[in-house]
Amino acid sequence: MEILVCVKKVPDTADAEVILRPDGKGIKEDDLAFGINEWDNYAVEEAIRIKEAHGGRVTVVTIGVSDSEDVLRRCLAMGADDAIMIDGGPFAGSDPYGIARGLRGIAAARAYDLVLAGAQAGDDGFGMVGPVLAGYLGWSHATLVTSVSVEDGKVAVTRELEGGLEERLRLALPAVLTVQTGINEPRYVSIMGIRKVRSKEIPVLDLAKVGLAAGSVGENANVLRRIALSVPPAGKEAEMIKGTPAEIARKILDIVRERGGVG
Amino acid sequence: MDFELTKEQKDIKQAAREFAEGEFDKDLAIKHDKEHSFPRSVWKKACELGFVGIHFPEEFGGQGLGVFENVLVVEEFCRKDSGFGTALALSDFASEIVMRHGSRDQKAKYLPAVSSGAMISAGCFTEPNHGSDITGMDTAAVKEKDGWSINGTKTFITNGTIADFYIVLCQTDQAAKPSYRGQSLIIVPKGASGLDAAEVGDKMGIRMTSTAEVSFSGVKVPLENLVGEEGKGFYHVLEFFDESRAEIASTAVGIAQGAFDRALEYSKQRQQFGQRLADFQATQHKLADMATWIEAARLLTYKAAWNFDQGRIDPKLTSMAKLYAGRTAVLVTDEAVQILGGYGYILENEVERYYRDAKITEIYEGTKEIQKNTIAGALIKKK
Repeated sequence: MEILVCVKKVPDTADAEVILRPDGKGIKEDDLAFGINEWDNYAVEEAIRIKEAHGGRVTVVTIGVSDSEDVLRRCLAMGADDAIMIDGGPFAGSDPYGIARGLRGIAAARAYDLVLAGAQAGDDGFGMVGPVLAGYLGWSHATLVTSVSVEDGKVAVTRELEGGLEERLRLALPAVLTVQTGINEPRYVSIMGIRKVRSKEIPVLDLAKVGLAAGSVGENANVLRRIALSVPPAGKEAEMIKGTPAEIARKILDIVRERGGVG
Repeated sequence: MDFELTKEQKDIKQAAREFAEGEFDKDLAIKHDKEHSFPRSVWKKACELGFVGIHFPEEFGGQGLGVFENVLVVEEFCRKDSGFGTALALSDFASEIVMRHGSRDQKAKYLPAVSSGAMISAGCFTEPNHGSDITGMDTAAVKEKDGWSINGTKTFITNGTIADFYIVLCQTDQAAKPSYRGQSLIIVPKGASGLDAAEVGDKMGIRMTSTAEVSFSGVKVPLENLVGEEGKGFYHVLEFFDESRAEIASTAVGIAQGAFDRALEYSKQRQQFGQRLADFQATQHKLADMATWIEAARLLTYKAAWNFDQGRIDPKLTSMAKLYAGRTAVLVTDEAVQILGGYGYILENEVERYYRDAKITEIYEGTKEIQKNTIAGALIKKK
């Protein structure tokens, strides 16, 4: 199995204070810690597990600038075999279509059986790059994948649906899968892994190398235009649950069940 | 002059942070703290990932990196959790003596076992009557024709009840003048007849680390258990302290940083008199002091570790690092508890444990007073 995993370096906003930029089109990123997108980390782990079970190679790719290299080295230290950086300069402000066009050049140029990506990114949360990439490639795809098993020329996957439902699909290879968190337990990076990739060269490819013309990606080539980011007003729809502790607990359980929180 | 970490060092720091965040569970830490128990399963995982013995040579199971990389790992570990961090940092305590002075056989026997999580090491220097002053040892080893016979008692021995082997500083020449020229280091394996260890009792802090009284009553070990040169034990130990003090300083930097992180976070959440604690100048000045002390302590610690990796021994520098980092840990954890107020005083909110775990860094591996003696001695060229 030749597997390509698309990864992205994102700011960690889970516990951080998020402050809007004065132009309202983005957030201030100076004080945020950056790391691999959480969903992508699961995708990398899944790819390495497939490789360990079935053989083959895992290549990770990102569109980024030089300071994204640490994310690629991290994937190599986990057990990926190769890493590719696509020079992110021309992609500044790109929407998911632009990003997918950049990745298409890599995915199409080599005989990959499988492309894995995170189901979404922790920063812009589009969840689109995987499906759009599959569209460009003309490959089958599945999103929100929670399990993968490789069969002869096919891949059987489970998808997560709303309300706690699961869908089982079988896709012909090559295919694009976007991976949901929790699909596996990603391994830690070991010092042995870090040392192994110490002198690994990571090629940086420019637009021409991924088969794109100047101006075909970046903000001006976007289909989607971001108008503004804003902080939603504080909601006033809190429901106060009254009753004895047992009644309150029962009602909370019903609400959580209704929304698919427990089976 | 280059203050930038290499790519590899940044990766190591990040890997240590991710491991600590994934494994150092707060409730588990509280459990170990209450029970005075060593976090064995987490330690094993850290060994499997190459964090323990990162500075051992590759051919003896290590990662072939330096004291500096070890310091980066220890700092990240202690930042996430003062108890787990200290216990794991000290799990290979004094193995460096084998690494620097041991025979090939000793290195092959012990170092891969320590780095892979098969063995825990202990260094036995302190005695009931010899704490800061180790120039004369009451523990005596007599050379007989088939081995050493050891008698004596050591106390405050890190890993005392959990160690698989002990590196024991013994008086091997009672007539030597000065007495420290008659000291030697001898390895005693766990389970040796006449070896006994018992925890010293409930401690203020580092309760996930074993601290024990270890006694030797006619313990017999083979002659080849001597580490380094006979009569040079005292010097080997002093050299080891130069390395270990950088490590202890890094535990102190990590503990201080961890307490600071929590205090900063709290000061931005907690509202009093209609504003955040962080909006009061009294709090701001505390935070500014804490961050400044930590940065200074970190730079001293990094320099001490880096200097050691350059193959230079500079007791003044390592003593400065340990003195300043230890003081910083105590001051910063104190202020962190103060910022959290009543909430800082309870176990659940962690800074209470950081506060208790900080104090030992001014006591073990040479008290702060001993560090000052070393620094002053170097300054005035005391004979």
